[in-house]
Amino acid sequence: MRDELGSGRVQKAPESFLSREGIKTVFAEAKKGRRDFIRNAFAAAAAGVAVPAALAQGNPVPTEGGDPNILKLPEHSTGLGQGVAADGGYGKPSKYEANVQRRQSPGLTQTTQASVSFAPLQSLFGIVTPSGLHFERHHQGWWDIDPSKHRLMINGMVKANKVFTLDEIMRLPSVSRFHFIECGANTAVDWGNVAVPTVQYTHGMVSCSEFTGVPLITLLELAGADLKKGKFVLAEGADGSSMTRTIPMSLILSGEVFVAYGQNGEMLRPEQGYPLRLIVPGVQGVSWVKYLRRIEVGDMPYAAKDEAVHYIDLQPDGQHRQYSSIQECKSVVTTPSGGQVLLDKGFYNITGLAWSGRGKVKRVDVSTDGGRNWRTARLEGPTLSKALTRFNLDWVWDGKPAIIQSRAMDETGFVQPNYKQLRSVRGTRSIYHNNAIQSWLVQESGEVKNVQVS
Amino acid sequence: MFRFPKAILATALIAASGFAMAQSAAKYPGVGRDATPKEVAAWDIDVRPDFKGLPPGSGSATAGQDIWEGKCAQCHGFFGESGEVFSPLVGGVTKEDIKTGHVANLRATNFPGRTTFMKVPTLSTIWDYINRAMPWNAPKSLKTDEVYAVTAFLLSLNGIVPDNFVLSDKNIADVQKLMPNRNGMTTAHAMWPGNEFNGVKKPDTQNVACMKDCAPEPKVASFLPDFARNAHGNLAEQNRMVGAQHGADTTRPERKAGDADVPVKPTAPKADGAGSEMKAVNALLQKYTCSACHGVDKKIVGPAFQDVAKKYSGQVDYLIKKMQSGGVGIWGPIPMPPQKITDAEAKTVASWIAAGANK
Repeated sequence: MRDELGSGRVQKAPESFLSREGIKTVFAEAKKGRRDFIRNAFAAAAAGVAVPAALAQGNPVPTEGGDPNILKLPEHSTGLGQGVAADGGYGKPSKYEANVQRRQSPGLTQTTQASVSFAPLQSLFGIVTPSGLHFERHHQGWWDIDPSKHRLMINGMVKANKVFTLDEIMRLPSVSRFHFIECGANTAVDWGNVAVPTVQYTHGMVSCSEFTGVPLITLLELAGADLKKGKFVLAEGADGSSMTRTIPMSLILSGEVFVAYGQNGEMLRPEQGYPLRLIVPGVQGVSWVKYLRRIEVGDMPYAAKDEAVHYIDLQPDGQHRQYSSIQECKSVVTTPSGGQVLLDKGFYNITGLAWSGRGKVKRVDVSTDGGRNWRTARLEGPTLSKALTRFNLDWVWDGKPAIIQSRAMDETGFVQPNYKQLRSVRGTRSIYHNNAIQSWLVQESGEVKNVQVS
Repeated sequence: MFRFPKAILATALIAASGFAMAQSAAKYPGVGRDATPKEVAAWDIDVRPDFKGLPPGSGSATAGQDIWEGKCAQCHGFFGESGEVFSPLVGGVTKEDIKTGHVANLRATNFPGRTTFMKVPTLSTIWDYINRAMPWNAPKSLKTDEVYAVTAFLLSLNGIVPDNFVLSDKNIADVQKLMPNRNGMTTAHAMWPGNEFNGVKKPDTQNVACMKDCAPEPKVASFLPDFARNAHGNLAEQNRMVGAQHGADTTRPERKAGDADVPVKPTAPKADGAGSEMKAVNALLQKYTCSACHGVDKKIVGPAFQDVAKKYSGQVDYLIKKMQSGGVGIWGPIPMPPQKITDAEAKTVASWIAAGANK
């Protein structure tokens, strides 16, 4: 029942899942007949320290006949508050919110430039991810680029190669749309078994923003692109990795793909590609090229590094799925979720997020008995295409163990799979595109754990 | 890369019916200008699987080895085995794979690693990526012939070409036909958002939205072992201090039913260290990617900073010079490249190391 060997281990970067034995074997292969050269393997995960449990708390009426927080007026009710713009002109969250941070998963990567920080989904409301809490994924470090010096070039199968400044792009008619962005490797660490404790680390590589920018088709038309023969478009970034990805022309023709400079009412954050990033709704985050500098129209796919070495999905027969891009319908309960504690029995609002790379979320069902029985949750409006959708369900916890799951369905009728179904077609070595139903075990103690059920 | 010879371009313009109408240009006058050929040449560096965009040139595996040892080995290892910082590039492929174009080890569930050459089907990918993104801390600094040479060296390490092979724009397409996993890709899936690959329309999983008595009683098959309870830090400090649920205090053993909640104070991550001096050092270690090769208290590719501190305690000037000039041989055969770090910045880092490299 307990998977001592497989679970809880510290995992490497999403594209680099290699066990200690793996490194050894590969290493031996590589240096066969070469000079001797051995290194230590990954550091092991740290263990916890035992400390006794603490005293009771709650909201009882104190003996003095009232709550001192009510009876004794606090300073903020009896004194003068702070003035406007006291924080230097850009407001920050309350100091009491300091726990709500994007975080790295310890041991996942060795460098912070090719790494990930995860959004704290367990602490967020609604569907918009605050820009400062938006997950990060960089391939070669992030930059804060002077927007007055940034250029976008369009070339390839076009009548005229074009160059645009930000001033020019921002003159064009703009669209503002809410979309989710999810890394293809989100939830990758749990493909084989439970590896991380909380929803931040299992699902925190998804975020949702209102992006503002110009449809790519407008810019392609300005360059006179061959929209018939030019079936593929290459998007390229201006950073060190100059990330490239192939985008299907059919998606661009639909008008959905756009070059964005705005995010949640302000400019993009530098970590999100300031001043320009490609928005490819429904498609995995790696295609949303940051620091976008060039668009090339071509007649064949480009087999870029992140299309031929990484972001390919290994199947049980040894073949890799290439150009697997859509983030299929998925959902997760964000509270209660792993690492949290229910303080008492009684009423709770089960809440979570659902999304689909194929359109709108149509329905979300929630189970509290590990998938035997389901109830349909309330979708909080607006339900937008290829955006996060918030769901809620009333629940009275009776203090007994419960396994909470959510199962989303999108407007195409596709139903989010469970682990058994997903593994039966894709095995466990696929790394990318894990959209399985997530299970959280609420224990009698109230403590919630990340589990997988059979 | 996409270059139209001018004559062909002119013909194409007249012949092609698919070109977007010039309506937009008329609609949005004054927006955008034509790129000059020089500008296009400066940025249009991509190389496709049909090698369109590949600049002429050549390089030998032997020359590639020299470049490798100077500029690549510190991250990727002498023989591309990497392992601890970056994924291994080399290994896991056989002569038989080169014949079949399928890497047999990918079918073996007991073969633990997946090296770059076990996966990549197209040699263009390797050339393009080295050219655009390597070396990691100085991308686009290799000359064209050096990219050919390094690519040739990697091919030779994988046994795809002989050790003295010279790779060039003339033979690269033929070498691509030897890639061990060239037949290892499929687009027969429903996860490409267009019909360009004539992929599969139907998704590969078909769950149904059953509502009642759907499954037998679930058994927990996998969860985190107790020793990993606090491996991600105290989860109590990763949840808001108020709310329907609080975070579990993972510095303590799992709570029992009836145990009361422990009040939590808001705590920002401590990754930046306590003092502002430590913050400055950490920022520089990241900026110059020092931490890719040096751990504070553990050896990665290079020695741990604390080991360096023991050997060169108090020797700030020596450490500054070492950072700026690089070196090899003192801690092992893997060279440290010279760092383009300013004197002031180097002094900050060197002072920290010379004082013991404390966290």
